[in-house]
Amino acid sequence: MHATHGRRLARLTPALPALLLALGLGQAQAIEVTQVQADRSKVSFTFKQMGVPVTGAFAGATGTLRFDPAHPETATARIAIDLAGIDAGSQEANDEVVGKQWLNVKAFPTAEFVASRVEARGNGYAAIGKLTIKGTTRDLTAPFSFKSEGTTGVFDGAFVFKRLDFGIGEGIWSDVDTVANEIEIKFHVVATGTPAADQ
Amino acid sequence: MTPTACYAWPAMTLHWLIAALILVTLPLGWYMQDLPLSPTKLQLFSYHKWIGVTVLLLVLPRLWVRLSYRPPALLPAPVWQQRIALVTHGALYVLMAAVPLSGWLMSSAKGFPVVYLGVLALPDLVPKDRALGEVLQVLHQTLAFSLAGLIVLHVAAALKHQLINRDATLRRMLPFGR
Repeated sequence: MHATHGRRLARLTPALPALLLALGLGQAQAIEVTQVQADRSKVSFTFKQMGVPVTGAFAGATGTLRFDPAHPETATARIAIDLAGIDAGSQEANDEVVGKQWLNVKAFPTAEFVASRVEARGNGYAAIGKLTIKGTTRDLTAPFSFKSEGTTGVFDGAFVFKRLDFGIGEGIWSDVDTVANEIEIKFHVVATGTPAADQ
Repeated sequence: MTPTACYAWPAMTLHWLIAALILVTLPLGWYMQDLPLSPTKLQLFSYHKWIGVTVLLLVLPRLWVRLSYRPPALLPAPVWQQRIALVTHGALYVLMAAVPLSGWLMSSAKGFPVVYLGVLALPDLVPKDRALGEVLQVLHQTLAFSLAGLIVLHVAAALKHQLINRDATLRRMLPFGR
């Protein structure tokens, strides 16, 4: 009788911290997210042509990251955006934007953001790292907010970059009075993780 | 010709101003739609919409002038011609508003807000909806072609009166007509 009890308790013990966390007990925000949920994440962009805002979206974002809101300085991230299947607001725009003068998706099928560190800023955070598109790499700071529910974390943020810094929209398209230089990226990344280990 | 037998100058001004805008934006709309995508195409689409919105803005003053200043009576002519004239003029007033409005609706449905002169964003009249956008495109094109047809009729009739009937019909809409 005692032996059976012991075995049952032994099986229960590893689940205890997660159980406590799910019940809202234990250390607040003691979570470390690592797995990007690609199907629940979304990256969209807005650009202006002749003053008209056009919103589009990328087909998918994947990646790995490590983020503990209690210790942002230990965070790392590598997010890859799939550029094929981009929705740029209309079929003719979709056909144009994958071409050589724009994203040249044949040669550069993904865009990548690699964060080397995260800082706490105001009410949220900022991911600092490098953005690589079409073979060009530039520094990037991406402010974001973070919410966690259980073992799921949601990152929401936005940043603006200049398309000409990456050679996006070359030749006749480099006229920024027609298609503006500034592109706003909005990201909503959902990641799951585990309760963070106690220090 | 006595002054009262001419159109009032506000009517003349608005008539020719709106005519000029329509005569630019109608062929522009017809030409631009099949262009391959390029910065020029985006510019032409914008100019087309800016001119269209300007016409729409001028409809209210145009109607106000029409109601405030009675136009000269139709000159003697067979009744059927007078009827055609009244119907044509009425239809032109309606299309002057309906064509740009249908264009604005179409632009909204296709997901492209209308930004007047590139700076003033007009509200989207309908949400982005692909099927609705295609219906509105057909509507806008049909109304535009009808407007073009009526303008041809309107100009032909004016020239007929000027060159064949040799009456004052056209002259009294001209600022320098006598």
